[in-house]
Amino acid sequence: MAGQSTYVPGTALTRWLDQRLPILRLVNDTVTTYPTPRNLNFWYVFGAILAFMLGVQIVTGIVLAMHYVPNADLAFGSVEGRIMREVNYGWLIRYTHANGASMFFLAVYIHMFRGLYYGSYKAPREVLWILGVFIYLLMMATAFFGYVLPWGQMSFWGATVITSLFSALDQIIPHLGSAITTWLWGDFAVGDATLNRFFSLHYLLPFAIAGVVMLHIWALHVPGNNNPLGIDPKGPQDMVPFHPYYTMKDAFYLALFVLFFAFFVFYAPNFFGNPDNYTQANPLVTPPDIVPEWYLLPYYAMLRSVPQKLLGVLVLLGAILTLLFIPWLDRSKTRSCRFRPVMKKLFWIFAVDCVLLGYAGAQSADAAWHLGGMDLPLVWLARLGTAYYFAFFWVLMPLVGKLERPKPVPESIAQSVLGKAGESK
Amino acid sequence: MTAAAKPEPTRRDFLYIATGAAATAGAVFAAWPFIDQMNPSSAVLAMASIEADLSAIQPGQQVIFKWRGHPLFVRRRTPKEIAEARAVQVSDLPDPLARNANLSDSAPATDAGRTIKPEWLVLVGVCTHLGCTPTVSTPGSPQGSFGGWLCHCHGSEYDTAGRIRKGPAPQNLAVPPYAFTGPTKIKVG
Repeated sequence: MAGQSTYVPGTALTRWLDQRLPILRLVNDTVTTYPTPRNLNFWYVFGAILAFMLGVQIVTGIVLAMHYVPNADLAFGSVEGRIMREVNYGWLIRYTHANGASMFFLAVYIHMFRGLYYGSYKAPREVLWILGVFIYLLMMATAFFGYVLPWGQMSFWGATVITSLFSALDQIIPHLGSAITTWLWGDFAVGDATLNRFFSLHYLLPFAIAGVVMLHIWALHVPGNNNPLGIDPKGPQDMVPFHPYYTMKDAFYLALFVLFFAFFVFYAPNFFGNPDNYTQANPLVTPPDIVPEWYLLPYYAMLRSVPQKLLGVLVLLGAILTLLFIPWLDRSKTRSCRFRPVMKKLFWIFAVDCVLLGYAGAQSADAAWHLGGMDLPLVWLARLGTAYYFAFFWVLMPLVGKLERPKPVPESIAQSVLGKAGESK
Repeated sequence: MTAAAKPEPTRRDFLYIATGAAATAGAVFAAWPFIDQMNPSSAVLAMASIEADLSAIQPGQQVIFKWRGHPLFVRRRTPKEIAEARAVQVSDLPDPLARNANLSDSAPATDAGRTIKPEWLVLVGVCTHLGCTPTVSTPGSPQGSFGGWLCHCHGSEYDTAGRIRKGPAPQNLAVPPYAFTGPTKIKVG
C-alpha cells in the first residue's frame, strides 16, 4: 500500500541526506516497513528468488564477457577451451550462468502460474501483470541471444530457425521477410556479423530487464500484494511488515533454491544442455533434430503443430501475446482459484497442457506414440494442446467468469488466518 | 488561452509545428545510419559469388558447396530422377512457381524451369520453412517419399527437382543465379 512514509532518520547524517536525496526513505518504505498480507504462502517467495537470479546472471555474465571472444572462428574455442579449461574457475562461472538461465525460467514459470492461480493479474494489478509479461519477453530474447554465443551446432541452427521466423512475412509482402532476415543477420546467412550483434544485445538486455523489474516492483507497491485468498486487506490486523517476516521467509526458501541450483551446477551441469552444442557450428550440416532449450519447448510445439508457415509463426506469436490480455479476459469478480471450483480444474488442465506441449516440442518432427497397433503422431498431441491453450484464455476464461458460481470468500485475511481470534481484533 | 478564445493560429503556433516537424525529420534521418549498419557490409557483399568445378560429381551424387554462408546443392541427376520430376503436373504442386533467379518471377515450376541443363540441379540448400539444411535422398537411404530431400527439422519433403511436395515449407528450394562457364564449370552469384 502506498501509504504515508513511516521513515524517521535516526542520525544527523541520515537526516541531512533525507532532505537532499531520500533514498534511505525509499529503501525503508519498500523493503522494511512495506505492509504485506500476513497470509502469503510458499508460492510467493519466487519474486525474491527471481531478483536474486537476475543478479547472478548479470554478475556471472559480466565475468564471462571478460574472457569470451565474439568471433565466428574463435567463439567456440573461447568458451569450450579458454573459459572451460584455462580461466581460473571459468568452468564454475560458465556452468552457473548456463544453468542459471534454466533456474531463472523455472522460477519465472512458477511465479507466473502462481499469479494465474490466485488471480493476481486482476484489477488493480493489470499494469503489474503486463510489466511482468514484458520482463518475460525480454528474458526470452536474452536467453535466445545468449544461447547463440557458444557457437555450437545448436546455437547456430537455433539462431537460423528463430530468425527465419521473420521470413514468413514474405507470404504477406514478397521479399519483405527475406530483407528483414538479411538485415538481422548482417549477411546472407547467420554468421560473424550476427554473432557480434547478438553478443552486444545479450549484454544490453539484462539491464533493460533490471529497469522493467524496478517498474514491476513499483507497480506492485502501489496496490500492494495480492494474497492466496484474493481478498483486499481490511486494515493493519491483516498485514505484517515486509521485514523481518518476508525477508526471512524469502531468504530461507532462497537458500533451498540455491541448493537445488547448486546440484545442477556441480553434479549435472549438462542436464539442461544439448550434446550437439559441443560440436562447433557448421553452416553446411543441420543436426538431425533441432530443439530449443526446455523453457521454449511449448511454443516450439505450437509452431510445429501448424502445417502452414505464416500461420505457424502467427500461432507462436499469438500464444505469447495472449498473456497481455489475461486481465481483461477473466471476467470473474473472485480473484483466487481457491474459491473458483470450475476455474481451478481448468487451471490444472492448463498446467498439464503446457507440460504436454513441452514434451511434444522435445520430440522429433515425425515422432509418434505406438498404442497397440496404432501410430498416434505427436503432432496431433501438439495440435490438441495448442487448441486448449488458446481456448483456455480466449473462450473458457471469459465464459467461466460469467457462468461460474464462486464459493463465498472469507470476511478478512485476519479472520481466515486466526479464526475467531481475528474477528475480535 | 483556449482555442475558442483565439481561433487564429499565431506565429508561435506556426513556429512550434515547424520546429516539431524539422526535429522529427531530423530524427528519422539520424536513425537511418543506425538501421542500415545492420545490413550486409561491403566485405560481405564482395564475397557474394563463387566458381564451382562439377567434373568429379558422379550421376546420382550430390555435392555441397558453400555460397553466401549457405549450403549450395549441386546434384547430378540420373535419367530416372529427371523422368520422375517431369512426370509431375505443375498444377499438382504446392508452389507452382519456378523460384529460379535466372528466369522471371512468374516462370512455372516445370522441371525445365528448375534447371539450365537437365542433368545438373543447382539449388540453395536452405529449407524455405525455417532455414535448416535438408538431407538428400538416395536409393540406399531414401528421405521422404518424393526422392529429393527431407528436412528433418519440421518434416518438409522435396522432389527430384527440389520442389516442395509436403510439409510446412511454403516454397520450392531456391535456384540461385548461376551460369555455365565451361561444360562442367559454373559460376554462382
